[in-house]
Amino acid sequence: MEWETVIGCEIHTQLATKSKIFSGAATAYGAEPNTQACAVDLGLPGVLPVLNKEAVRMAVMFGLAVNAEIGKRSVFARKNYFYPDLPKGYQISQFELPIVGKGELSIELEDGQSKVVGITRAHLEEDAGKSLHEDFHGMTGIDLNRAGTPLLEIVSDPDMRSGKEAAAYMRKVHSLVTCLGICDGNLQEGSFRCDVNVSVRPKGQAEYGTRAEIKNLNSFRFVEKAVEYEVARQIAIIEGGGKVVQETRLFDADKGETRSMRSKEEANDYRYFPDPDLLPVVIEDDFIEALRATLPELPDARKLRFIEAFGLSAYDAAFLTGSRELGDYFEAVAKATGEAKLAANWVMGELSAALNRADTGIADSPISAVQLAGLIARIKDNTISGKIAKEVFEAMWNGEGDADQVIDKKGLKQITDSGAIEAIIDEVLANNAAQVDNYRNAEPDKRGKMIGFFVGQVMKASQGKANPGQVNQLLKAKLDG
Amino acid sequence: MHTKTLAELSAGLAAGEFTSVELTEHFLARIRQYDGELNSFITVSEEQALEQARAADVRRGAGKAGPLTGIPLAHKDIFCTDGVRTSCASKMLDPFIAPYDATVVARLGEAGMVMLGKTNMDEFAMGSSNETSYYGPVKNPWDTQSVPGGSSGGSAASVAARLAPAATGTDTGGSIRQPAALCGITGLKPTYGRVSRYGMIAFASSLDQAGPMAASAEDCALLLNAMAGFDGRDSTSAEREVPDYHAALGGDIQGLRIGLPKEYFGEGLDPQVAAAVQAAITEYKKLGAELVEISLPNTHLAVPTYYVVAPAECSSNLSRMDGVRFGYRCEDPKDLEDLYKRSRGEGFGPEVKRRIMVGAYALSSGYYDAYYLKAQQIRQLISRDFIEAFKQVDVILGPTTPTPAFRLGEKKDDPVAMYLADIYTIAVNLAGLPGMSLPCGFADKLPVGLQLIGNYFDEARLLNVAHQYQLATDWHRHLPDGF
Repeated sequence: MEWETVIGCEIHTQLATKSKIFSGAATAYGAEPNTQACAVDLGLPGVLPVLNKEAVRMAVMFGLAVNAEIGKRSVFARKNYFYPDLPKGYQISQFELPIVGKGELSIELEDGQSKVVGITRAHLEEDAGKSLHEDFHGMTGIDLNRAGTPLLEIVSDPDMRSGKEAAAYMRKVHSLVTCLGICDGNLQEGSFRCDVNVSVRPKGQAEYGTRAEIKNLNSFRFVEKAVEYEVARQIAIIEGGGKVVQETRLFDADKGETRSMRSKEEANDYRYFPDPDLLPVVIEDDFIEALRATLPELPDARKLRFIEAFGLSAYDAAFLTGSRELGDYFEAVAKATGEAKLAANWVMGELSAALNRADTGIADSPISAVQLAGLIARIKDNTISGKIAKEVFEAMWNGEGDADQVIDKKGLKQITDSGAIEAIIDEVLANNAAQVDNYRNAEPDKRGKMIGFFVGQVMKASQGKANPGQVNQLLKAKLDG
Repeated sequence: MHTKTLAELSAGLAAGEFTSVELTEHFLARIRQYDGELNSFITVSEEQALEQARAADVRRGAGKAGPLTGIPLAHKDIFCTDGVRTSCASKMLDPFIAPYDATVVARLGEAGMVMLGKTNMDEFAMGSSNETSYYGPVKNPWDTQSVPGGSSGGSAASVAARLAPAATGTDTGGSIRQPAALCGITGLKPTYGRVSRYGMIAFASSLDQAGPMAASAEDCALLLNAMAGFDGRDSTSAEREVPDYHAALGGDIQGLRIGLPKEYFGEGLDPQVAAAVQAAITEYKKLGAELVEISLPNTHLAVPTYYVVAPAECSSNLSRMDGVRFGYRCEDPKDLEDLYKRSRGEGFGPEVKRRIMVGAYALSSGYYDAYYLKAQQIRQLISRDFIEAFKQVDVILGPTTPTPAFRLGEKKDDPVAMYLADIYTIAVNLAGLPGMSLPCGFADKLPVGLQLIGNYFDEARLLNVAHQYQLATDWHRHLPDGF
């Protein structure tokens, strides 16, 4: 039987506010446990929440970016359950009336096509603290620094049909929230995490199959892998005559598999009701229009502009608009050098590879856009060849200075003096008399291939510094002479 | 000194007749003398009180005293007080010392008032007789075999016996007005949002409101001046001017339209209570008021509606009492579930557990629409009754309670009978209106309370209507024998 996969995502984005959603405590990551938790975050008796307006602004920005209906009157609700890192015994969230309603965004598929994914809703809520089970000798430590951090939970329609599509969706939302500046997008620190609902059904069937929810995926690759594993698991169950159980599962990245966390029968009744401590959030049209005017250029628009203004391919343009910082970096290099293609190749090639190896982001790149532009300028003006440029790049990455400093210090300047190149050529030809004879005796149409040997020898003799174009030209003249 | 009203004490301090330290020592001595029997205090903060009194005298010496500077008062043990235990009369919070002051406590402190201690109450403010307190029941000073009412029973009894000139209270369904009525004092529940709820341990957040309890309407006006006002830490507090309630006292009430809801004078009303209220109506006629019969047709729905909304909210509000971070924790928990179950099972009393269970049920999936949502809809109907009524009248008058104080133990095992003690007060909370109770006579030597209900944020008028009555009568001047 042919199966169809159905996927919907819930993405928790941590909003980049300075203070928490309902208290004045700081949200900065990595502080000593419980040093960024005030009386409100601790849920002490008598304390009350006060909404951080900045979180509202950020949520509305997201809504506008996905062309969503903005909830003119949204309501905070309490989600009641007991857990040690949930200090009040309830999480303040939104239930019936979220701040962002129906919207949509488009994702790029591998075949170059794009696909529209529906946004069901996005709502504001507070994060819980962290339970630390290690280092406490059979007890559990509670760190409430994260408690009360603002989250925007973005819920998609069940529109994705493969792990790749789910990962593309997650990437797209990531690029959107980082472009808007409402989330730092840091996956390792948990600023952006995804729950994926996966089910399968026979192709052509209208009803959905029973779904499993895979929680807390914090990498694009994990989303793809987890979905692939889960789809195979569910198909195997059904084809083996069994039934998929509705449950929550966790993805084990080391083993590449999902495993059961809790089934629906064990699920809590959250007893949602409107939080009487908070007034409904009323959003006026003026506020929405004022925010709309502050929207930055969004990834889709930027991608189009990169294609048109820089002549990039759709693939390159999509890659380079994946995050605001990456787009800004590329644009700075392209503008400084006037060489968009070369800039794109370097950013997507050497630079991205180096960043990946170092497991760091563009914001922390040891080579600035200005420095990379300096390197490209030297390629352009023939000071160095593309090949030498890679060596210079390595040195720059290691902090040995600007392109010019490295070229100078290492003596990598390209040899463009015809006399000097000819001298090297003469030496090479003299040392390879047999090959020269072979060449000259060969049919003219075979010679094209044979000249490569001499080019290689000359480049080697010049330690890669001879201008390859000149070498080719001069060799040809001498051999064909 | 203790027979004086707060307004008179203020004048005495200003005239230098006595110091705050003398006044404070006097009331502390009365607490030592009488509270063994009454049990109106959970904690007496003697040292701190004397320190605050000394500071108040210094402030007066520097010419910076306000009308409340140096006057002692007691806080209901539901208000968080920095460094002094805040138990909410529960075993659950018996060990709890808040690291901060409630806004009400801070504001009265800034006015220079001296805190004598924390008063007894029903556990987490759930009760109408003060019998659910972990620290034992409070006795009514008018008859120590009777209850003082609740939940602010300790505040009411301490003021009635003049162990404190005034006290703070909170009112979720009548918890200021009902004990004020049963103990023969004056108490005001302001409009919802008039006084900050920050630092006041929540019972039912959409109904809770703090207010003053004292010997007279004038005293309540002085206290409300300091208590009322917007607080950035309470999103439900009203961003609205606070008038000078004390300065607003004094206008005559000629032509004032007083509404008498027929539903408040029907079956179940004790005839002696009815007679005392009728006498008050006659007094108001003499003062020039016009009496208008009105109807609040949804009155009979108030108690059942309340007992869905309030427990629902409390079931969630009390979840933070989980034995994890503060308060009571059971001995040797086996695992997390055991820790939760036993800490809460052992820490809460039976009435609190009953309400948590009822509330959790009302919010459960599948029952939410039938109970909680329906109750919220009825709440709107009840509010509309009042809004309609206030198109015809300026204030509404009736009894505060159907009977005077009942005997200790009388209704303890019959929750529904207990809930009906608040039958005339509950609708006011559901509508969010201001209401007050003032003494208007006696039934078998027990005080009877007269309830006045005002329109939203009309506390100034409400207080003056009560004040004019107290200028013409002396019920509020009666003190229980033996105190």
